[in-house]
Parts: sequence; C-alpha cells; structure tokens
Amino acid sequence: MRSGDFKTSYREDIAIFQTAFVKVCVLLFVIGLVGAVLVSDIYVIYIINLCAIATIGALGLNLLTGFTGQISVGHAGFLAIGAYSSAKLVEAGLPFLLALPAAGFIATLCGMLVGIPSLKLRGLYLAITTFAFGFIVEHVANSWVSLTNGANGMAVMPASVFGLTFDTDKSFFFLVFPIAVLAVAYARNLVRSKPGRAWIAIRDRDIAAETMGIGLRWYKLSAFAVSSFYGGVAGALYGHYMQYIGPNHFELYLSVQYLAMIIVGGMGTILGSIFGAAFMTVLPELLKYLPDLLRDSFPLVVERFADINLILYGLIIMLFVIIEPKGLYGIWRNVKTYWQMWPYTH
Amino acid sequence: MTGTLENILQLTISGLAVGSIYSLVALGFVIIYKATDVFNFAQGELMTLGAYVCYFFIIQLNIPIFWAFLLTFATTALIGLITEELFLRPMMGEPIFSVIMVTIGLSVFLKGVIGLFWGYMIKKFPSFVSEAPVSIGNVAVSPAHIVTITVSALLIIIFACFFKFSTLGIGTRAVANDQDASLLMGISVRRIFGLSWAISAVVAAIGGILLSSITYLHPSSSFVGIKVFPAVVLGGLDSIFGAIVGGLIIGVVENIAGGYLGGDIKEITSFVILIAILMIKPYGLFGKEEIERV
Repeated sequence: MRSGDFKTSYREDIAIFQTAFVKVCVLLFVIGLVGAVLVSDIYVIYIINLCAIATIGALGLNLLTGFTGQISVGHAGFLAIGAYSSAKLVEAGLPFLLALPAAGFIATLCGMLVGIPSLKLRGLYLAITTFAFGFIVEHVANSWVSLTNGANGMAVMPASVFGLTFDTDKSFFFLVFPIAVLAVAYARNLVRSKPGRAWIAIRDRDIAAETMGIGLRWYKLSAFAVSSFYGGVAGALYGHYMQYIGPNHFELYLSVQYLAMIIVGGMGTILGSIFGAAFMTVLPELLKYLPDLLRDSFPLVVERFADINLILYGLIIMLFVIIEPKGLYGIWRNVKTYWQMWPYTH
Repeated sequence: MTGTLENILQLTISGLAVGSIYSLVALGFVIIYKATDVFNFAQGELMTLGAYVCYFFIIQLNIPIFWAFLLTFATTALIGLITEELFLRPMMGEPIFSVIMVTIGLSVFLKGVIGLFWGYMIKKFPSFVSEAPVSIGNVAVSPAHIVTITVSALLIIIFACFFKFSTLGIGTRAVANDQDASLLMGISVRRIFGLSWAISAVVAAIGGILLSSITYLHPSSSFVGIKVFPAVVLGGLDSIFGAIVGGLIIGVVENIAGGYLGGDIKEITSFVILIAILMIKPYGLFGKEEIERV
C-alpha cells in the first residue's frame, strides 16, 4: 500500500500506472471480470456488456465535454450514426472488423461538421447547436425510411470476426471487452500527451491557450473528431449486440444519459467515465427490483414505475451537480486519500 | 394564383397562432435568462405542468374556470419559486455547464412528475370558445386561434409595461444588467431571481393552457419547449421583443414549410434555421453581443 506521493521526475508523474500496486489492482480487476463472466448468468453478463459499451461512449463524451470543455447535448446522434452505418455496412457485405472503424469514421466526419460551429460558439450556444444536431439525426433516422426502415427499426446482423460469430451474451463480452480496454488505454494516453494537455488548456481558458500557441481550430475539431469516433463505435457495438436498432434508441434521453454518466462519474477523468457508465447502467437495473419490494404496500409505485425512474434520474443528475460536482471519482479519491494518510489525515 | 395566395394566408394565420404560443414560451425563457443567466432546458416541462395543473383544477376538482385559472397561476408561481430556491440557488456563480445540467435534470424530473400524476393518455382540454371556424374573406379562421393570438398579444403588452414601468420590473432589468451594481442599489437580487422564475412559470403555464386548448393535453407537449429554442435564439437570448418576433417567425415559417414540403420537413425546419442562425448571427436579431474574440 502506498502512502502519499513522492515523485522525482515528470515521467513518473504522467505514468499510466502510478505504482506497481495499481498495476496489480488493474490486473486483478480484469481477471476478476473475466472470471465473473465465465461463471455468472446471462443477465449479469448482459449488464456488464452494456457497461462496456457505455464506457466507450462516455469516454468519448468526456474527452469532448470533460477535457475540452465543449458541451455536447447531442452525443446520441453520433451513436445513432455509428449504429446505422455499421449495420448497413455489414449488411452490404463488409466484414465487421472493417465496418466498425468505418462506422466510427463516418461518425467522425459528422462530428467534425458539428464541431465547425464550435470555432465560433461556446458554452450555451454550442449546447443548443449540438442539441439541434441530435434532434435532426433522430428525425432523419425516423423519416429516411428507405435507409433506416423508419420508426419500425431495422434488424442488425450479429458481429462476426474471422468466422467467429458473437451472437450470445457471453461471446459478445469477449468482443466488447478488448475494445473497451483499447478505448480506455487510448483515451488515457491521449490525455497524458500533447493533445490532452492542449484540450485541458482550452477548457480552462481558450484565449490563454491560444496565446500559448495552441491552435484552437485544430484542437477543438480534433476533440470533436475523437469524441464522435468513440460515440460511433459505441453505437455500432450496441447495434450488433442488440441485433436491432430503431430511432427510439437514440433519443435526446440517451444524450442526457451520457451527460449524466460523465457528471456522476467525474468530468475530465478517465476513471470517472468508467465509474459513471457503470453506475448509470447498473442503477436502472437495480431500480427494477424496487417494485418487488413495494408491490404490496404501494401498488401505484409498480404501475408508474417508469416515471419514478425518471424522477430519480433527474434528482441524481441535479444532486450530483449541486453537491458533488467532482462525481464518483471525487468521492473515490477522497476515500483513497483518507486511507492513504490514515491516521494522519492532514 | 389566388388559390396559392389564400393557401399561404391560411398557413400564415394558423402559423401565427402556433407562433404566438411559441412567443409566450420563449418569453418565459427570456425572463429567466435575462434576470438569472440560466438557460432553462425545462421550460417545456414547466409549460406542460402548468397545463396539467389547470386541467386538474377544472376537470378533476370542478372549480369554475376563472378561479381555476387563478389557482393555476398561484400554484405554478409557487412551483417556479420552489424550483429556484431548491435547485438553482445553489448554482449561482457555477460554470455554465453545471447550470445547464441542472435544468436538464430538472426537465427529466418534471417529466417523471407529470407522468406519475397524470399518466400518458391523451386528455381533451376544455375548449373555451366555439370550434366552428369563422371565414374572413376566403380564409377560414378558428376562433381558438384568434383567442390564442389575442391573449398572447395582451400578455406581451402587460409584460412590456411591467418591465418598463413597475419598480419590480425595473429591478429585474437592473439585475439582468449588472447583479453587483443592483445589489448595491438596494435591490434584493435573491427576490428578483425567485420572482423571475415565478413569472416565467406562470407565463409557461398560460402557454401550455393555450396550446392544449387548441390541440390536446399529453406529456409530449413539452416538446414545444424544445421547438422554442430556435425562436429564442433567432430573437436573441436576452431580448423580450426578440422572443416574440422569433416565436412568430418560427411558427409561420414552420407552418408554411409543413404545408408545402410535408410534415417531416416541418419538424426539422426550425432546427435547420437554428443552426443557420448560430453560424451566421449567433446573438440573434435583437440580442446583446458579447464581444470577445477567440
């Protein structure tokens, strides 16, 4: 167990694994997760898979909103573009391994297009623009029937790589987990290297950043590009996992959900994206058990369960922003610091 | 050719009716934004909630319409006050992103509340005027539309006077202009903040009532709150006059686009306009420009 920080070089400070202990912890976590998947039932694996997909999407949004400070209320739009592109490409005969990055790149193109206004706008106005973008994508998915089959949604072929088909929950885990690990590793490396530092500088004060020689145009657009690539990949994976997509999967609500993930998890932290994605995915599933407990005493609770879910959701978002803006990551760090310093709390 | 002209006139008039409701909801937006610098993503939900509260008083409690209206206004004003006190007050001085997230959370929360109490069945709101259309020249006009336009116009005049002449209204404008300075001049900024939310909630409720009396009552009506964004941005976020003009323009353009290009296009017209405005003239027609070069 380490206690406190002692670093003698810059290299040490930006190391991915700060100590050997952390390395062991991460390794144990991975082994534990794989082990859990091998023994648990389909439902648990299903949730783990959703967490992994959400992690990829949340990482993308966090890179853009948490690290670069560009508010995006249209993340669901990128997921939708990725999901539909990949579904269509695989349907057209492209192998999944090519279709997945291709879907990511199509989302990237759209992302850079949406990013262009960000060169002129910021804060509120950017939020409204991205919001409109998400809405337009949802509407196109609904109306372009020849491509998307409209509101009925379309069936998606399961992912298959080199003849292996990932059509069960358990097999899909072994597809999505490595991708999620790659996504986390790439994001972690991005933010500890030049682009990440530039993004953070832009978030903290864009004018100062430009004075320091950071090209706003390039770095803002690249943040949008990376973010929408992550979103597109998450959407594509989601489509191949569910084997069905429809416009109602990518409503404004999903964008709000992703925003909630990075807020609850912790803005501007990689670990926070994972925490938030897991929390916001597991929470609704846990809430499903609530009606069973209350069935006898409060029948209304069961009947109107979806609404209570919404209310709790809204409350969680508001309370986290008001009370713990650093999110779960902040709580996690406080707890860790407490034990590291114990019994000398200061 | 007269046929086309009449058609356009017809579409324009029903567009004006919808547009005047947009204007009202946009007015609610602007009041909050002007005074408190909060862009309220939950305005649509406030609107729907107001309509449901009114429905509750008129249909479920059978209160005479006049008293029901008064009760509705009182209730929604209270809701506005409480919302401000509980959720927005702690956010004073926080980064804009956090504030936006709180209002997004608020919209989800209110959506849940509406669903919880009134469910998702379409409800028929009592109509206050006859539904038979009146012909003016060759154009058929529904009395409900006329009432909507009149009420909106009246309200807008009332608010214009309120902000121009009353002490509270002038105080609100002062706070919008400079919070510190108005605090020094003895204006209670906290009270103005609460007041703006209360007024905005009432205006939203009136918009909701008008909207549901020309259409129907359903939780998805809060969608109008989203469609008002383009109106607010077009008019300029902090301009009351702009909100009204923006609402009317969006209503008419949307209706004409819907009439000629089909319902699908109608839904996204306003958002395409929105993005175009943001690219060309981000502070809208009448908004105050924040001069800061990036």
